Amino acid sequence: MSWMSGFSIAELGHYALVLALALSLIQSTVPLWGASARDNRLMRVGTVSTLIGFLYVTFAFGALTVAYINSDFSVANVWENSHSAKPLLFKISGVWGNHEGSMMLWVLILSLFGALVAAFGGNLPVTLKARVLAVQGWVATAFLLFILTTSNPFLRLTPAPGEGRDLNPILQDVGLAIHPPLLYLGYVGFSIVFSFAAAALIEGRVDAAWARWVRPWTLMAWIFLTLGIAMGSYWAYYELGWGGWWFWDPVENASFMPWLAGTALLHSAIVMEKRGALKIWTILLAILTFSLSLLGTFLVRSGVLTSVHAFATDPTRGVFILAILVLFIGGSLALFAWRAPELKQGGLFAPISREGALLYNNLFLVAATATVFAGTLYPLVLEALTKDKISVGAPFYNITFAPLMVPLLLAVPFGPMLAWKRGDLAAAAQRLLFAMVLAVVALVATLIIEGVQHPLAPLGIGLGIWLIAGAANEIIDRSGIGRMPLKTSWARFTGMPRTAFATALAHAGLGVTVIGIVATTTYQTETIVSVKPGESLETGGYTLTYQDSVPHTENNYREELYRFVVSRDGEALLAIAPAKRFYSTRQMSTTEAAIKTFWFSQLYVSIGDQHDDGSLTVRAYYKPLVTFIWLGAVLMAIGGTVSLSDRRFRIGVAKPARAKRLQEAKA
Amino acid sequence: MTRKQRRLSLIAGAGLVLASALGLVAYALNDQIVFFYAPSELAEKNIAPGSRIRLGGLVAEGSVKREKDGEVFFSITDTAQVVPVMYRGILPDLFREGQGVVAEGRMEPDGSFHADSVLAKHDENYMPREVADSLKSQGLWKHNQETATQ
Repeated sequence: MSWMSGFSIAELGHYALVLALALSLIQSTVPLWGASARDNRLMRVGTVSTLIGFLYVTFAFGALTVAYINSDFSVANVWENSHSAKPLLFKISGVWGNHEGSMMLWVLILSLFGALVAAFGGNLPVTLKARVLAVQGWVATAFLLFILTTSNPFLRLTPAPGEGRDLNPILQDVGLAIHPPLLYLGYVGFSIVFSFAAAALIEGRVDAAWARWVRPWTLMAWIFLTLGIAMGSYWAYYELGWGGWWFWDPVENASFMPWLAGTALLHSAIVMEKRGALKIWTILLAILTFSLSLLGTFLVRSGVLTSVHAFATDPTRGVFILAILVLFIGGSLALFAWRAPELKQGGLFAPISREGALLYNNLFLVAATATVFAGTLYPLVLEALTKDKISVGAPFYNITFAPLMVPLLLAVPFGPMLAWKRGDLAAAAQRLLFAMVLAVVALVATLIIEGVQHPLAPLGIGLGIWLIAGAANEIIDRSGIGRMPLKTSWARFTGMPRTAFATALAHAGLGVTVIGIVATTTYQTETIVSVKPGESLETGGYTLTYQDSVPHTENNYREELYRFVVSRDGEALLAIAPAKRFYSTRQMSTTEAAIKTFWFSQLYVSIGDQHDDGSLTVRAYYKPLVTFIWLGAVLMAIGGTVSLSDRRFRIGVAKPARAKRLQEAKA
Repeated sequence: MTRKQRRLSLIAGAGLVLASALGLVAYALNDQIVFFYAPSELAEKNIAPGSRIRLGGLVAEGSVKREKDGEVFFSITDTAQVVPVMYRGILPDLFREGQGVVAEGRMEPDGSFHADSVLAKHDENYMPREVADSLKSQGLWKHNQETATQ
């Protein structure tokens, strides 16, 4: 009786969501009470309610997923966004390809992080853990209320329609299956860092240990956000058919701002952990990072970007999220203003020192975040106030964001070379000689090969090499390779903490991304021409010969494949077939670009209009080193993962010590 | 340096970076932003040739003419005014006569518009939001259009 199970599953999901709300109310209050009364049983209620709440949210999410898999069109959300002929993967990814479903994913990840702390936070002081879970519970309560009152995905339709309206074809892609979950694991993951900050403020005590507990969570969220943003960029690049990989679109900025602030947080937490300094600043950054995640959620989910006008006419959702935003940002900043002055400051340091370098990093990252913030919100504010419509695009960010990045990137290799407390800049520069020489060589080589018509590009390439070589330089220098006998340097190499390799990997990744961005933006070639069968076009040294076009039909779309042969120096290399797809349910067509990777560069071909005489408009790009953009991000994420594996940060690291003490006590 | 001096130099440094960020933003907002106009607004405001703008409206029925070399001529209208547009490149998948579109480029001295990009990104109603807003404000927004895709 699939109809019966279809009938009940959505209601069960809805019911589970209501129960999750009830549990989150318990989670929000009881452990707080327990922490102030020092009552272990009450505090344990927080752990249990968090874990069970997570199970209920997971069940609700599962129920919605089942409705999608079964194509249960009596559920309005499924009818609006799915189709029975869609492949299974896209039925599942369609769950979060719409407003209601993506809010469900949001809450699922929020409660996942709460549950992780509840399950693995055994090494935290009990009162801190209880308060962290309570704050996490507040956020969960707010968003569960939001879903249940304004965005319920379980609403029914009677009579049930026979067929669904299908998912927007642009979203029917593996990219959608991976990108939003990664992105949400990142920016919703910062909620736990926020909860830690608020809990510490309530507790009135912040120390180096706090930084050590928070760092793995920050790292985890940051790794996912880095991958999520990179994935989104690559998805837009291949799916939208015109080879752009970053648009400074408000939706992108919504996830980029928490990334910038989260990167700053990652660095300031190091200072706090090692030297006990920058406590207040780190707490503030933790609050700001998640506040920017909330702002991003507001921008994307309130409809304010789609139309300021629509926001004004149907403001329920927007106003609700705005209220959440004001409540949490305002509340946490008020808590900060009230409690932060009581926190003891520690750790003096000279301006030229490791601490100073990390602070310099923070300063520029925060300033850069501010420029993105201004560019994203100014058009909205202006339109609301004056009805003038403007767009802020790449030219704005080239003038504001880019100049702030240059001094930051130049300084990156110096950071790890400086000693704590008081560093020696001249000595650091001397040790970085190898990297400097390589950077200058790269600069000159680019100038010689590519000429002087783009004077900034060789500087950019040099900067990228400076970052990569600087990272390698640090490892070589610390292990003494070349200065010491091989055996000694090998011992030093293997003895280095993993965080040293993590730093080097992440910084080198940044350099790789910079090179990719500079090379693609400056040296790509673009060819737009009309060709008839048998005719050729040329781009980046490759010749593309148009053969013919063949139709092809799938379950929910039909497409025309345009076949080309790619050759170089008269030698045929391979065949490609960019396509035009037509999705009949939504009456929408999409362009499927053909992309071929040669080493790290790509040939990118997409199809325009077909004319009556059989000729075809083709847009072909050669994008040198374009894959570096995303490979660099992957390197950064690997760096983060290596850092996460460092012994210092392993969750539960305090346990063996405690067990040992217990044993000693028994003996 | 004493603790106080250090703190002062830190605040001065931070202030300097933030002030320059602010200066850059102010300069860029003055210079690098692009205003959006509907054809009627364009006629009213008398935009100087050469200034960069975004022009949005419906693609006029029967106006699209594609040349072999990839050049496309069409007109953008909000039914009150019509602006002829020249564009070279590949049009977005959803470009059609009668559809909403946003073109970015410069006005020519002869009153035509030279577009260097035609917007390919659409919201879930497949209508650039500026166009939807300006159609709504002129009462041209068809209600069924809105509900059909909700």
